[in-house]
Amino acid sequence: MVDPVFVGLAVLTVGSAIIALETRELIYGAIGLAISMLGIAGFFLILDAPFVAMFQIAVYVGAVAVLLIFTVMLVRTQALFTTKEDKGRKAGGIVLMLFIMGGLGALLLASGLNSSNSFAAPPVNFMKIGQEMLTYYAPVLIVLGLVLAGSVIAALALARREDIVTEQEEGQQQE
Amino acid sequence: MTELIDFLIVSVALVAVGIYGIVVKRNAIRMLISIEIIVNAANLVVVAFSRSTGNVQGQVFALFSIAIAAAEVAVGLGLVIVAYRLYKEIDVAEFRSMRG
Repeated sequence: MVDPVFVGLAVLTVGSAIIALETRELIYGAIGLAISMLGIAGFFLILDAPFVAMFQIAVYVGAVAVLLIFTVMLVRTQALFTTKEDKGRKAGGIVLMLFIMGGLGALLLASGLNSSNSFAAPPVNFMKIGQEMLTYYAPVLIVLGLVLAGSVIAALALARREDIVTEQEEGQQQE
Repeated sequence: MTELIDFLIVSVALVAVGIYGIVVKRNAIRMLISIEIIVNAANLVVVAFSRSTGNVQGQVFALFSIAIAAAEVAVGLGLVIVAYRLYKEIDVAEFRSMRG
C-alpha cells in the first residue's frame, strides 16, 4: 500500500539523521546531516512542492552543511574524537526518544488523521508562492533579508580575531 | 499511495532523534545538528499539511522557516568558534563561565 520510494526515503532520512549524531568523527556527522536534508527535499518533491525542495537543497545542502564542515575543520582537534558521555545519560536519552516516538505516534494514530485520500486537494502551483511572497508577504520578505544580513554580519563579528595585528599596523605602531 | 499520516510519522521519528541528540550529546556542533533535524521535521509537517489542505501559506511559511534556520546556524557556528577559541574545547559541559 505504501509507496516503496517513500519507504526508502524515510529509511534514508531517519537513518542518516541517526548516523549524523552517532558517528565518532564529526565531519561524517555533518555529511550525514546533509544526506538527511536531501531526504527531506525528496519528501518535498513527493508532496508536489518542487520550489521548497529546491530551496531546501540550496540552503541546507549547499550552505548549512558546508558551513558545518568548515567549522569542524576550523576546530579540528583531538578533543573531537573522544566522546565524553556517560552510559546513564545515553540510556535515559534512548528511553526519552522511544517515549516521545510512542506517545506522539499513538496520539497521531488515534487522531483520525489517517483517513485515506488525504491528498485529494489539487497541488499548489509554485507561481502562486511567488505571487504571495511579492504581494501579501512582501514586508516579511524584506525583514527576512535584513535578519539574514544581520546574522551574517553578527557571525563575522563573532569570528573576528582581534589579537592578530597585521605587519602594516605593527609598523605604524613602531613609528 | 502515501497519505498525510505517513509523513507525520516520519516527522515524529525525526523529532525524537533530534531530542535524543540534544539530551545526550555534549558537543556543541552535534547539538546544533540536532536542532537542525528538529527544524526540518517541523518543515516537513508544515509542507505536508499545506499539500493536504491545498493552500499556499504552508509552503511560504516553510520557506521562511528554512531561511531563519540558516541564519540561526550561522550565528550558532560563530559562537562555537568563539567558545573554542576561549576554552580550546567544544564540549558544552566545559564552558563553566560566560566571562569573555
